[in-house]
Amino acid sequence: MEQAPPDLERQWQPAPLEPLGHTDAGLQAAVGEEAEGSRDEVPGDGTMTENNFGLKKIEISVSEAEKRTGRNAMNMQETYTAYLIETRSVEHTDGQSVLTDSLWRRYSEFELLRNYLLVYYPHIVVPPLPEKRAEFVWHKLSADNMDPDFVERRRIGLENFLLRVASHPILCRDKIFYLFLTQEGNWKETVNETGFQLKADSRLKALNATFRVKNPDKRFTELKHYSDELQSVISHLLRVRARVADRLYGVYKVHGNYGRVFSEWSAIEKEMGDGLQSAGHHMDVYASSIDDILEDEEHYADQLKEYLFYAEALRAVCRKHELMQYDLEMAAQDLASKKQQCEELATGTVRTFSLKGMTTKLFGQETPEQREARIKVLEEQINEGEQQLKSKNLEGREFVKNAWADIERFKEQKNHDLKEALISYAVMQISMCKKGIQVWTNAKECFSKM
Amino acid sequence: MSGGPPKGLPSTGPHSLLDMPHPLAGSSSEEAVGGDSTPSPDLLMARSFGDKDLILPNGGTPAGTSSPASSSSLLNRLQLDDDIDGETRDLFVTVDDPKKHVCTMETYITYRITTKSTRVEFDLPEYSVRRRYQDFDWLRNKLEESQPTHLIPPLPEKFVVKGVVDRFSEEFVETRRKALDKFLKRITDHPVLSFNEHFNVFLTAKDLNAYKRQGMALLSRVGESVKHVTGGYKLRSRPLEFAAIGDYLDTFALKLGTIDRIAQRIIKEEIEYLVELREYGPVYSTWSALEGELAEPLEGVSACIGNCSTALEELTDDMTEDFLPVLREYILYSDSMKSVLKKRDQVQAEYEAKLEAVALRKEDRPKVPADVEKCQDRMECFNADLKADMERWQSNKRQDFRQLLMGMADKNIQYYEKCLMAWESIIPLLQEKPEAKLAPIWGNEETTWCLFTTTVIGGQPGSQPRYFREDFFVLHPIAKHNIFSVRTSHFLIFFFFNCPDAFKKSVRQEEM
Repeated sequence: MEQAPPDLERQWQPAPLEPLGHTDAGLQAAVGEEAEGSRDEVPGDGTMTENNFGLKKIEISVSEAEKRTGRNAMNMQETYTAYLIETRSVEHTDGQSVLTDSLWRRYSEFELLRNYLLVYYPHIVVPPLPEKRAEFVWHKLSADNMDPDFVERRRIGLENFLLRVASHPILCRDKIFYLFLTQEGNWKETVNETGFQLKADSRLKALNATFRVKNPDKRFTELKHYSDELQSVISHLLRVRARVADRLYGVYKVHGNYGRVFSEWSAIEKEMGDGLQSAGHHMDVYASSIDDILEDEEHYADQLKEYLFYAEALRAVCRKHELMQYDLEMAAQDLASKKQQCEELATGTVRTFSLKGMTTKLFGQETPEQREARIKVLEEQINEGEQQLKSKNLEGREFVKNAWADIERFKEQKNHDLKEALISYAVMQISMCKKGIQVWTNAKECFSKM
Repeated sequence: MSGGPPKGLPSTGPHSLLDMPHPLAGSSSEEAVGGDSTPSPDLLMARSFGDKDLILPNGGTPAGTSSPASSSSLLNRLQLDDDIDGETRDLFVTVDDPKKHVCTMETYITYRITTKSTRVEFDLPEYSVRRRYQDFDWLRNKLEESQPTHLIPPLPEKFVVKGVVDRFSEEFVETRRKALDKFLKRITDHPVLSFNEHFNVFLTAKDLNAYKRQGMALLSRVGESVKHVTGGYKLRSRPLEFAAIGDYLDTFALKLGTIDRIAQRIIKEEIEYLVELREYGPVYSTWSALEGELAEPLEGVSACIGNCSTALEELTDDMTEDFLPVLREYILYSDSMKSVLKKRDQVQAEYEAKLEAVALRKEDRPKVPADVEKCQDRMECFNADLKADMERWQSNKRQDFRQLLMGMADKNIQYYEKCLMAWESIIPLLQEKPEAKLAPIWGNEETTWCLFTTTVIGGQPGSQPRYFREDFFVLHPIAKHNIFSVRTSHFLIFFFFNCPDAFKKSVRQEEM
């Protein structure tokens, strides 16, 4: 990927990145300087001028996976896989890379990092992690988390996650992320010390807001709808694809039986024998070719899965907006009711039902002093409320602006990545067809010699 | 249809039949065919031809042997028949034009049999009759009766489970027609069977049923043909070559059975694969409806998968119609051949028993009695006929299977080629970047409003460039506020009001 021409016709792509295309050494995540360049294009994002942590161009790779045993929180023995993360800084002058950091992390630590990012950057579409458990498997694929193929695909997925975060103009600057890459010991404690878990919105609150919010930004409602549909369609696609893979496997493997029977048949034939025998060999080749073909296709499935999980991230941003909007609406409502109360007290008219009104009826009117005191309290509260409302409004607008900017960036990325995925899928199919033609042509030639 | 008709079996030939030499013309053997046009079994005489190998009794042929020719003339014919180019053929038979007949009692299909021949056995050079499966079945039985020493080709299966297979469906009728055609052509090719009286009547008679009724009366006279040989004789030792043929046929039938099962299994798996594919493709379409820039690529993938599904369906249909029936036919063939072998064994056993009986009796020692000689004749005739037929069968089998398997490979190649083409054709579509090409269809510098159209999502791959609403706004931000679009099924029409000159100019530049 090369830099796009700096005009309005292309939105800036954050960094040269081909996340799931490469399996080995890490890719260049141009952080720091490159991301600075993008500042011009992403409108009005105030956080961009903050200092990064002096990150030069770095390369990140998740190069190895290792089985470990240890003791878990309940002091029981468990087996888990640890992944080696290597960070290299690239010298500008000669392009050489120097290993600066290397440490081991397990999946749960990645989860912790992501959860932290979700709390502190609610306006960002946070890149998803590869799946925790193998889903959408077709029967030959193992659902076991310890299976080497699964571990390998997870390794790639984790590397992809880190690269996406590192190439995000905002997320790459986060200190916790930096420490994740550089500080092996004590990182968990550092994260927990930020107290992010406390700041997290409760699911219940969020659900409540979703149902009760009156005036969310239309774009977010549409986006939420879109992400729901996207999730549903990609899930469906992955399920059917797994079934297709299963069936295709069956077709190819049954052809292997031809190999054996042709061989047996050729034993009783004179002139036909050789042709049959060699054709049978080609049938065996055909049958065994399906394993590689389907392994490659898993790659495509992984690319789709990433965007399946991205849909959830999109929804999270929408939820946050709804929560903030609901908060705002509640605050406004509260303020309005307080103002009304104040007015009623001042003018002496009771328009609304209130406890005070009841007790007044029951126990007698309150004294003017009492009334004055209450009005004063209310006026203070109203002031406070107005301040809060103002700041909430500002917050809300900021959020919408920033979130929408990141969503636009995400859309571009999604379109690009999925197009690439479709192209590589088509290329895989073409290769499969060509192999099929080759094998059957060879077999035909053998038959012709019968 | 995979390939054409098997090599060596002509349909109506292009040459004038009168130009073709009679297969036996110029041969040293005498004319072996009887002069009568309708020889009855009794009149068929074996002649001695001075052939060194086979010595035939100077008497007539025992009733029922029914060989119109001796083995030597048979050998001659075999040599001539090796000219596969059809030049020496004088008999052409085709089965076509199936028609459904609905009567009060039943519904059935008839096929048209066209015969062209210069043989003297045929009164006319050309015949066209209609026959139904029953008639073929009758013919085969008659041939088995009258030519018990020969291998009679098989018929397609008689019974079909009603409700499972539609007897009147196009595919079934066509498959059957091909098999019946093959059956007749194999008989036509056979130097002995093709001269059989029943075969002749089958090809020529207007009213076959009358002939059939007549035939029933003759049943008693056809009598003790070899078919009704007294059983119960124990075979002393089977000549090696027939033992070998027996073993071969056993293994052969076994292997064919396995291949038949594998082929059926493959078709079943392919059909299940097809079912999943037919669900898979449309999901991309559903997805495409959610997207903007990705809509077309996704729709393209959906269409592509649809094309592959169609190609797969064609493959499975072909295999079911062309491949499986031929396999089954050969399995039936080898079954019927094994029963002929058994008969041969019986004939040999009878001969050996009679010979032994004679050896035990002291009186007839110097002279071998006539009936023992007859037995020996029968046995030797049978052996010769069978041997010749086996060789012919082997050579035909080789051709048939070569063609069958090449056909199978071909169909698979064609399937993959269709899929390859489909996928290759969408690569450019997937790589396409939406371009800012607009075609203003109304408006000029002076007007304050212009009309633009562009084709939208759902256009055919490879046609005009298209793009989408969001892209338009991104590319022409000036347009954003003064424009509204109307989407029809094929176009997105933009109406731009208060068209600023700068905008118009920029659009003009782009389209150039």
